[in-house]
Amino acid sequence: MPDDISRERVEAIAALANLELDPAEAELFARQLGAFLAYADSVQQIDTTGIPPTTHVATTHVAEREDVSRPSLTTADALANAPDAAPEAGLFRVPRVIG
Amino acid sequence: MTPDSSISDLRRAIDAGERTAVDVCRAALDRIGQHDSPLHAFNRVTSERALARAAQIDSDRARWRGAPLAGIPVALKDNLCTRGVHTTASSRILEHFVPPYNATVVDRLEAAGAVVVGKTNCDEFAMGSSTEHSAFGPSRNPWDPDRTPGGSSGGSAVAVAAGFTPIALGSDTGGSIRQPAALCGIVGLKPTYGRVSRYGLLAFASSLDQIGPFAHTARDAAIVLQVLAGADPMDATSAPEPVPDYAAALTGDINGMRIGVPWHLLEQGVDAEVHAAFAAAVATLAARGATIVDVELAQARHAIPVYYLVATAEASSNLARYDGARYGYRAPASGAADTLQAMYRRSRADGFGPEVKRRIMLGTYVLSAGYYDAYYLKAQQVRTMILRDYEEAFVRVDAVAMPTSPTPAFRIGERADDPLQMYLADIFTVSANLCGLPAVSVPCGFTATRLPIGLQLVGRRFDEAGLLRIADAYERDTGWWREEPELGT
Repeated sequence: MPDDISRERVEAIAALANLELDPAEAELFARQLGAFLAYADSVQQIDTTGIPPTTHVATTHVAEREDVSRPSLTTADALANAPDAAPEAGLFRVPRVIG
Repeated sequence: MTPDSSISDLRRAIDAGERTAVDVCRAALDRIGQHDSPLHAFNRVTSERALARAAQIDSDRARWRGAPLAGIPVALKDNLCTRGVHTTASSRILEHFVPPYNATVVDRLEAAGAVVVGKTNCDEFAMGSSTEHSAFGPSRNPWDPDRTPGGSSGGSAVAVAAGFTPIALGSDTGGSIRQPAALCGIVGLKPTYGRVSRYGLLAFASSLDQIGPFAHTARDAAIVLQVLAGADPMDATSAPEPVPDYAAALTGDINGMRIGVPWHLLEQGVDAEVHAAFAAAVATLAARGATIVDVELAQARHAIPVYYLVATAEASSNLARYDGARYGYRAPASGAADTLQAMYRRSRADGFGPEVKRRIMLGTYVLSAGYYDAYYLKAQQVRTMILRDYEEAFVRVDAVAMPTSPTPAFRIGERADDPLQMYLADIFTVSANLCGLPAVSVPCGFTATRLPIGLQLVGRRFDEAGLLRIADAYERDTGWWREEPELGT
């Protein structure tokens, strides 16, 4: 694993992450991500044959409940923190999506 | 520790009518007003609300008599949602966010009579070990204001260490309660994963995050945990296991308890004074009747890379919700032709600080096509191996003891340019999160320059009672927890 990852790769990752990076940030992250991944290379060397992954350590998931309606956020509360809302329509406003 | 700052002393004084909740609250607010600059424990002090709440408690003393925290001031890390009170996670992206609901822990504290006095500073979205990644500036260690209090829950640790509030809440994803507790000379407890509801905690890494208390003593931590613990229908990962009487476990008797020490992990990279204080603490526990056993945690040295692969992957997913559409910061439109995608990207670019971006980038990388198996899946497999090491150790021992942090508090700026160096200092704390185990940090000494040192005890799942028993027994034989910093005027 080379110590730097490529600028192209960093820009592709930034696009996936919905982050706009300036050139200085892209260069810094190329170096720092490369350094971390080189460090994490030790993990690649471990023999994990037959070892199941651990995704979480919760003992039991109490994921089910009775299917009854409960109070939830009012529209006004849900919109209260919106950077741009149309409260009378009960909507969040965002830049045009469809041409 | 100021003479009247324990929960039981304050409760007794309030119940006896010697002090009112308003008087206790005002004293806390005065001390904050006097000393929070330059320490910066708080992002926001909620004086009016706190005094109104305290007055309510005073006006109905019969109702609150016997409530475990009636009239006790508490500080909350600023990533715990408080209805009607700004909750920022120390991030620009949430600078003006006012939650419409309370975290379950906030409801539980208030039902027990606690008085919330403010929201504390932290590393942005709890990502860091120093509070230097707060968008609102670092907190300072009350033992030496040139040094960090640790992090990410640094502000909460400062609030307790400086005597602003007797208790505070933090969150711990890789050591963010225990490490600042150690660096500030107080007790910090990370409960078992699932012991305390995470509903209303702004998520960082959902399989690792837990909320827990800061206090001066194991007893006070036990009292707060009693209030916080238990299943919550709003958090599907909260555990239905029964909640024992934690204070009743504090008998002082640790005769025959077996405490494991992974001496092999301490061979490198541990400050000499930390090593000496830790060894002395182990000897104290042995003198009190515990049996000290050498344990091997073979995979522990891989815990740091595994932790940062898992935590950043989960963070990149959790933080995708901050996009400028429904709440939080939105970047100004760049023109009529602005697209939704461009709005997302600029809002996140302007709203997140460098450490959060770094972790989102790393997490996105390790989850991306072609890298998932090599990094994320592999890390989860090694996570299993680390878990098995602890399971084997807990067949033979009741708790594992380690230093909390390999060094005492470091200078502000000292590690700022080298994120990897900062990550490496989490070596003793991240395993408890990866394995979902409870762990507590207790003051165990000072360096020659009067910087606090912490002893960490890691326990079996849901055995907070056993850990707190050892911590309390240790406090009975030592006076470190009584020490308090001298604050400038």
